Amino acid sequence: MLELRRISKSYPGVDALRGVSLAVGAGEVLGLVGENGAGKSTLIRIVSGAERPDGGRIGFEGEPAAFASPADARERGIAVIHQELSLVPQLSVRENLFLGAGWSRRGIVRRRWEEREARRLLRLLEMDIDPDTRCSELPLGARQAVEIAKALALEPRLLILDEPTAALSPREARALARQVRELARRGAAAIYISHRLEEIEAVADRVAVLRDGELVHGIDRREPAAGDDGLAPLDRDELIEAMVGRSLSAEFPPRIPGAVGGARLEVRGLSAGRRVRDVSFDIRRGEILGLAGLVGAGRTDVARVIFGAVAPDRGEVRLDGARLELRSPRQAIRSGICLLPEDRRGQGLVLSRSARDNFALPNLDRFRRLRGLVDRRREGRAFSGWREQLGIRLARAGQRVATLSGGNQQKVVIARWLERGASVVLCDEPTRGIDVGARYEIYEWIRRMASEGKSVLLISSELEEVLGMSDRVLVMHDGRVRGEIADPASADPAEVLRIAAGIGHSEEPSVA
Amino acid sequence: MPERVGESAAGRWRRRLLDLLGRNLSVVVLVLLCLISSAATWREQNPITSRSGAAVARQVLEACQAPCSVLVVARDTEADRVFVQAIEHGLDVGGARIAGRVFGQPRDVRLELERIAGAGASVDAIATHRIGSEWGPVRTAGTPVFAPGSYRWPTFLTARNLLNVVNQNADIAIIALGMTLVILTAGIDLSVGSLLALAGVIAAVTAQEWFGGGAASPAGLLAAMLLGVAAAALGGLLSGTMVTAFRVPPFVATLGLMMLARGLALILAVGHQRRLVGGGAEGTPEAVRVEAAVFAWLGNGAVLGVPNPILLMLVLFVAAHLLMTRTMFGRYVYAVGGNVEAARLSGVPVTAVLLAVYCLCGAFAGLAGIVDASRFEGGRPNAGELYELQVIAAVVVGGASLAGGRGRIAGTLIGAMIIAVIQNGLNIAGVASYEQKVVFGALILAAVLLDRLQPRLGEFRRKPL
Repeated sequence: MLELRRISKSYPGVDALRGVSLAVGAGEVLGLVGENGAGKSTLIRIVSGAERPDGGRIGFEGEPAAFASPADARERGIAVIHQELSLVPQLSVRENLFLGAGWSRRGIVRRRWEEREARRLLRLLEMDIDPDTRCSELPLGARQAVEIAKALALEPRLLILDEPTAALSPREARALARQVRELARRGAAAIYISHRLEEIEAVADRVAVLRDGELVHGIDRREPAAGDDGLAPLDRDELIEAMVGRSLSAEFPPRIPGAVGGARLEVRGLSAGRRVRDVSFDIRRGEILGLAGLVGAGRTDVARVIFGAVAPDRGEVRLDGARLELRSPRQAIRSGICLLPEDRRGQGLVLSRSARDNFALPNLDRFRRLRGLVDRRREGRAFSGWREQLGIRLARAGQRVATLSGGNQQKVVIARWLERGASVVLCDEPTRGIDVGARYEIYEWIRRMASEGKSVLLISSELEEVLGMSDRVLVMHDGRVRGEIADPASADPAEVLRIAAGIGHSEEPSVA
Repeated sequence: MPERVGESAAGRWRRRLLDLLGRNLSVVVLVLLCLISSAATWREQNPITSRSGAAVARQVLEACQAPCSVLVVARDTEADRVFVQAIEHGLDVGGARIAGRVFGQPRDVRLELERIAGAGASVDAIATHRIGSEWGPVRTAGTPVFAPGSYRWPTFLTARNLLNVVNQNADIAIIALGMTLVILTAGIDLSVGSLLALAGVIAAVTAQEWFGGGAASPAGLLAAMLLGVAAAALGGLLSGTMVTAFRVPPFVATLGLMMLARGLALILAVGHQRRLVGGGAEGTPEAVRVEAAVFAWLGNGAVLGVPNPILLMLVLFVAAHLLMTRTMFGRYVYAVGGNVEAARLSGVPVTAVLLAVYCLCGAFAGLAGIVDASRFEGGRPNAGELYELQVIAAVVVGGASLAGGRGRIAGTLIGAMIIAVIQNGLNIAGVASYEQKVVFGALILAAVLLDRLQPRLGEFRRKPL
């Protein structure tokens, strides 16, 4: 259906793609994996008409194709679900779904039909969303689902999904995988890009690995003896090795031995709106406390309340025995609490400024010299110190942070809090959208912070991550803490999922 | 920047040059404009200054053996007197004798020549300037005439014209500083023109009514001026409060203040006039006059030949530049404008920063109002109308992004100068003011287009991976 021949594309300073040839047939799902910067996004931009290749040919449904614009590609039946959301926040879910051309009857909106169709699409994805909700009122995960429904509504011939599940809960991700398979069964084709290999395993017939703009590895799962679903199991180690070009000994760095001390952060009866209901827990010195749960369970909200970004209705938080006021992030930072927000680009960084400025932003009082002047020498020294330690790759210190890869951006955020010397670190999805190599380094830093006696709260939608990294895991469902996993290393992920999904509602927190 | 593999050295240099030009586009535009203005005003120059006077004296002394008696001819103007003084000083030193001097018209030259002839004396040379050398009696006197040689030089590029251009736009540039801060936070302030008027009127009215008018002490006048600035700053604080505490869009909040401040300025001026004339006054006054030399000094005086408004402008620009690049406050402003949520989560006191920004913008408008009032020796309630648009134009042309987070103080200075130079160039070229509006409209659109295009250019230069 889609055939790429020797596609190449370069930008000043980089060859993003070097002669990539790739084909996707009707009824086939191609998994595309690779580290950040491997060229996946560029490839997608070319296929979807957002960018022209420097060389090579594209064929679509047997004809040579040179899409002039995304609209052109869309016309031909290519739908793309982007990493970044493209919804109009002020419009309702239904209005967003049918925003594109071609849904109306001579310019008149077919409201009744739209409502029916919207419900059908959302049901397919197992999303319980009222089509008349405003998109701005939806949590990130639900918005991502709407985005997917919007693409499915087109009944595309070729569906391209670029990290579609970054904000989805595991259940929603599985529903999405089913829909992609269903689409393929009906004769369409799909290209599925993800960092999450288990998703690739769930949907892809074939897997292609990109590295440094070249196709380095391919696996066809239909060839050898088939498994239950007709596909051979995927060797993840093989894939990871191909992606990084080196083999990782383990997915998570080893625990650094160190004594876990007494309680540092005590949360008692915290409530805020519908998302945080009577939440209580402690984090001890040197402990990594995992917070698991589905998207929308209130994990992010708990972190934001502790950080002072959202005012609580009830409850209190004590740090080393002293009650916190929870009035503003500024105050939280002063008391030694810091937050790595889930939406790094939207909430963590000022993209128009340099990496160094972003690093310095909460630390300016430390580089102050008489009356609010910034001591730039001291600032630069501090930054280059952390830059070296964390291995932040920059062309120069003044490089705009927007031009960095996800991993390097996250390292800038980590560097700023390391400089701050915070005693409580709230990590909200610290490895979202970050490639395998950088991910490992971030894990190492989380470990190291804990070994230095800091208390870490680790929020993650990836079960493996939260179980593999934490000393203890709390599972949230519907704003409440529903269970505690005392020994995550040997815990059964299925059990965590069961609690997170709210199955078997026990009033008492169950202890595994 | 990573070097592109296999790029030739020439290609690399061309790319670097383009990069540099792209980043300093407004400077390039300003230089180009100055070149165009210079070329368009390339005229014969006949300066009447002490320097040209000294040159004439030297000419005379070279051509005529001492003792040599010289008639000096000039018009009756300030510049001519300086010119003549220099000639006479030069002749004196060289040992020549001054037979007589004329300040006036061709007729006076004839009378003077007749007087000298009547007295039995002779004239060996006439020293004058270009204009004098063309007078009938001078040409027909039968004696050698000496005048400074003329040369060709752009009128635009004379010190007098340049100082004039900058001086006339100093108030716009000063307000543009405050506006830059507001625009950096992704806001806008429409009230600056009205705050300018309000500050001027308050300074003038208080000077008249509280501090004794023309007889006011310098300290009293200073207090009146500070009151004017403080009132404008307070106005800014009001906008800031609306924007932060009540989340009113800046456009609307400052639109309200714009009308409010203009109305207040008129009310104060009318009230003052009524008290002055005793209730019967009709209409609105042009200005609340303050006749005190100290009051007028700020707007009309000069230090070392540089007009005070220019000096004030330069000092404020340096201060604002340092504020934005070297202080925590500056970093906070950029952060709030670039991403308000990230700034808040990084511990930036967002509300305080916004309040300070609007307050500063008001204060800068107030300062410009004081300069205006001083220049016209009175607070004019109708001063500064439509200034907000000119100021925003200067900031945008200077490269600041209306979306916030991007822009530099130096850029604003250049933006203000670009507008001033275009205006001056069009004036010299004789373009009517209503025709000029078309040019400025097009300029603003071009600047905004560039603003839209620039991020894309940047992306092209350094693709995020």
